[in-house]
Amino acid sequence: MVDASSSAHGDLILKNLTKTFGEFVAVDDLDLVIPEGSFFALLGPSGCGKTTTLRMVAGLEEPTSGTIFIGKSEITYEKPYKRPVNTVFQNYALFPHLSIYENIAFGLRRRGVKDVDDQVQKALDLVELTHLASRKPNQLSGGQQQRIALARAIVNRPALLLLDEPLGALDLKLRRAMQIELKWIQTEVGITFVHVTHDQEEAMTMADTIAVMNEGKIEQMGSPADLYDNPQTSFVANFLGQSNLIKGSIVDSSGESAVVDVFGTKIGLPVLRNHAHDSSVLVGIRPEKIRIAPAGTQMNGNILEGGVISDASYIGVSTQYQVEMPWGQELMVFEQNDDGTPPLSKGDSVVLSWSPIFTFGLAGDQDVNAGSEAHPESE
Amino acid sequence: MKQASRWFSRNLIRIYAFIGFAYLFLPIIYTIAFSFNNSTKSNLVWVGFTWNNWLNPCGAPDVCNALGNSLKIGVLATFFATILGTLMAFAMGRYAFKGRSVVNILIFLPMATPEIVMGASLLTMFISFGFNPGFWTIVIAHVMFCISFVVVTVKARIASLDPRLEQAAMDLYADERETFRRVTLPLVAPGIAAAALLAFSLSFDDFIITNFNSGDVNTFPKFVYISAQRGLPPQANVIGSSMFLIALIIVLMGQFVGRRRAGVR
Repeated sequence: MVDASSSAHGDLILKNLTKTFGEFVAVDDLDLVIPEGSFFALLGPSGCGKTTTLRMVAGLEEPTSGTIFIGKSEITYEKPYKRPVNTVFQNYALFPHLSIYENIAFGLRRRGVKDVDDQVQKALDLVELTHLASRKPNQLSGGQQQRIALARAIVNRPALLLLDEPLGALDLKLRRAMQIELKWIQTEVGITFVHVTHDQEEAMTMADTIAVMNEGKIEQMGSPADLYDNPQTSFVANFLGQSNLIKGSIVDSSGESAVVDVFGTKIGLPVLRNHAHDSSVLVGIRPEKIRIAPAGTQMNGNILEGGVISDASYIGVSTQYQVEMPWGQELMVFEQNDDGTPPLSKGDSVVLSWSPIFTFGLAGDQDVNAGSEAHPESE
Repeated sequence: MKQASRWFSRNLIRIYAFIGFAYLFLPIIYTIAFSFNNSTKSNLVWVGFTWNNWLNPCGAPDVCNALGNSLKIGVLATFFATILGTLMAFAMGRYAFKGRSVVNILIFLPMATPEIVMGASLLTMFISFGFNPGFWTIVIAHVMFCISFVVVTVKARIASLDPRLEQAAMDLYADERETFRRVTLPLVAPGIAAAALLAFSLSFDDFIITNFNSGDVNTFPKFVYISAQRGLPPQANVIGSSMFLIALIIVLMGQFVGRRRAGVR
């Protein structure tokens, strides 16, 4: 039997990890280091290879090539029951014929741990469900089952805890509560959590570091704020929240802020936030960073004139505008309803502006719509 | 008149259900009622009520010998058919091997073959092998036709099993053997139990195949068939009723255990 608590510890290291199913490449030459003790999210649309990656780490899927290490020990082809890794499965996979107590004790008993009772009680305490120990899984609500699945994995003190869409089956309110609780539990136990999800909000709420995956590769990796404020690809810009991406060309990049020509207007783009390889660039700006005012109003910063509101929806905290620009593109603008002025209406001529520091630049040959069709909200 | 028709239309479903159940259960009620008949020769007309048949179920000549044979054959056939059928069901439900789809069809064939044909050809086979028809030829024949039913029943249960449960067990440090013992087998067990009950009732009930392959060994269905020609003793009804009640108790117990296992209170 394996003693998970004393064996491999350290960072999870994936090297050149590849998994193909026939012609289909699910995971494509993936290199990734997940630091010990972190809360790491693999974020991406369904079919991007995130679950396959997780299953390879768990040992439930064998890699086509590449290696998996935890610290210094290689586990690439190790049987799942010999890895210091536990999984919280999607839909929980609690054993229906065993009580909650026996579900949690399962891993401890297989490993021949002495103080099973003590540890099960502690795990039940951690998820605050001590009173349900003698129940059967199907007597519990979805949220309770979720916590038991977590307790059943955590009780083994693995080096690594894998969470496969753990909150997918819960309703919105419960999901929010569990996000906070999961984050708290992770801090409490200090185990490395690797969390797979297609829900960008869930990933941003919980994870220290997010890796955005698309078509078997990692598009970008970083802190939630980093990914949101300074995306490097159009996929990331569209998959995490929404973005306006406008075609332009860099006319001057000598200063700290490059000058970009977009359909005849010059706007500023900080050189450090520009990820284009040449002068062809997609200028990106988040909808909530844009200010909107009736045409003719004096504005500062990057200014785009000649817009006409094609749609306005008042949603309480903010008003969301679709603004048709002279070159035919529709831009999105989220305006906080905080200054007492009545919202603008459809057909109004407007001027848009934003502070140049919020601008980001992407390579001009990228697909403007990449990632937006895979957005969870449109699923 | 109008009121009557309204009452009729309101209770149509109940009337229909009543007729349906009456159709299903009248023969059984008849069997049970006539087990209390004080008949002497033929148990076809009601003579009067008596406890005697129930107090003396072996009263008719050879009835308990035939019953004993049927029970022994049933238990043996169930035992072998359940073990073999369950192993086959796991092989077919779990492993992708060459010719699996052909095996799937072959398994159904014995169920589709007319019993009378199978009975006759089994006898031909036993004789050409030099076996004398008797107790063991009945057992072999019963195991043979029960296996298909066991395979189908257990396979259905295996197919409905969530593969993630076994993965979860492996993830929680159970090796292949432990996973099978702690998770797979307990979860498939209700299917195996159902298959065993089905096999037993098929074996206990069988007349056609048995009649061909039994030689001079008597079984309960054979006893009933033969004695029906010269007057069925009420003991046959007693045994039939008891089997029905035992089956009923097993089904109810199964329901009760199933609900407890599922945790429904």
